[in-house]
Amino acid sequence: MVTVHFEKNNTTRNVNSSAKTLALLLKELGLNPETIIVTRNNEVITEDEKISADDTLEILSVISGG
Amino acid sequence: MLCHKCDRKAVIVLQHSGLCDAHFLAYFEEKVEKTINKFRLIDRADSLCVAASGGKDSLTVLYLTKKYLLRYQLPCTLFALSVDEGIKNYRKSTLRDLKTFCTKHEIDLHIISSKEEFGYTLDQAAPKIKKLQQKKACNICGVWRRFLLNKYAKKYGATKVITGHNLDDEAQVVLMNMFKANTTLMAHLGPQSGVEEHEQFASRVKPLYFCTEKETRLYALLKKFDVSFTECPNAQEGLRAYVRDMLNDVEARYPGTKQGIINSFLNVMPLIKEREMKKPQQLNMCLVCGEPTNNDVCNACKIKEALDGMSRGAKKVEVSPKKTSLKPKRVLIITKTKSEKKKTNNEKKKNIK
Repeated sequence: MVTVHFEKNNTTRNVNSSAKTLALLLKELGLNPETIIVTRNNEVITEDEKISADDTLEILSVISGG
Repeated sequence: MLCHKCDRKAVIVLQHSGLCDAHFLAYFEEKVEKTINKFRLIDRADSLCVAASGGKDSLTVLYLTKKYLLRYQLPCTLFALSVDEGIKNYRKSTLRDLKTFCTKHEIDLHIISSKEEFGYTLDQAAPKIKKLQQKKACNICGVWRRFLLNKYAKKYGATKVITGHNLDDEAQVVLMNMFKANTTLMAHLGPQSGVEEHEQFASRVKPLYFCTEKETRLYALLKKFDVSFTECPNAQEGLRAYVRDMLNDVEARYPGTKQGIINSFLNVMPLIKEREMKKPQQLNMCLVCGEPTNNDVCNACKIKEALDGMSRGAKKVEVSPKKTSLKPKRVLIITKTKSEKKKTNNEKKKNIK
């Protein structure tokens, strides 16, 4: 289970995913990489980064809110 | 992916190569500096006003403008100007971030309140104007913000207003104006806004013109700027949101699309501006407030007068010129909305029956 926290609405989801990379996980979640920045342990990661089941990811929204 | 300039982990992939945090920060700052230099956005004789909201774009442009002035040892004065529209559960938090930022970086900050200027907060004005003219909160907000920024930038002696508009913002507006065949508005775009300089308007410049929204967010994040994500409760899902989403979809599939739109636009921009300059243009001074307008009364005053009229329960709003009279005293007639006209017609029909 990958834990994903969404900054935009301050929610957390446990995602049951077999995605091996961040790019595939984002595709499963229906998220456009152009509109977000992803961090793991407070470090920004790129889409080719490998994902493991015990990861906790933070999804930061790029688009301004108003 | 590794940074193509060193062997550290990349934080962003640009076109086909990655950059680590240190090299990305340098790349971003160099891009902003080149934009300022290439388009001569800052002159050593300038007094600079940064239009700031406390969001990622305005804090980034504020920080980099100050850095630019220090780097080139320019004697320009610099201050931030913010508009408090009076939006509950939104503006207070962004203004708090902005105040903290300005204190930390020793930048003067002026906050202008819509309530004090017009007598209404946006929260108070929006439902009334919606009822009267079917206009959305963003329409009022846009008019009032532009009015206040220009008025107070001039009042505090600014020769230029620096905004945090980025490449995404500009690409969206270029497409929106193309969709609406509005070349007049398109002529006002570019790294330096406006068709030609005018003493009544503080010139607007955009140092982040070639920085994408994602790059700007990443820069603010890596620089640890205190930016809280708060969404304006009035944020509307209109044409801009549609174009924004569409552009992001195309960009994800075909990287470089947004940059391509801007490059294409910059190629034709001189022709569009030249054509607009040939058109006869008349700039008046608003009969109510004395600020520049294309009409007799500026849009900001029209909104205020409509609100005052509603408060008085009247449809006719008297407008008295503040300055020595350019024209005789005028009466503004607030046009009836479609629903109001329909209602009146129905009443007339009933009376005939």
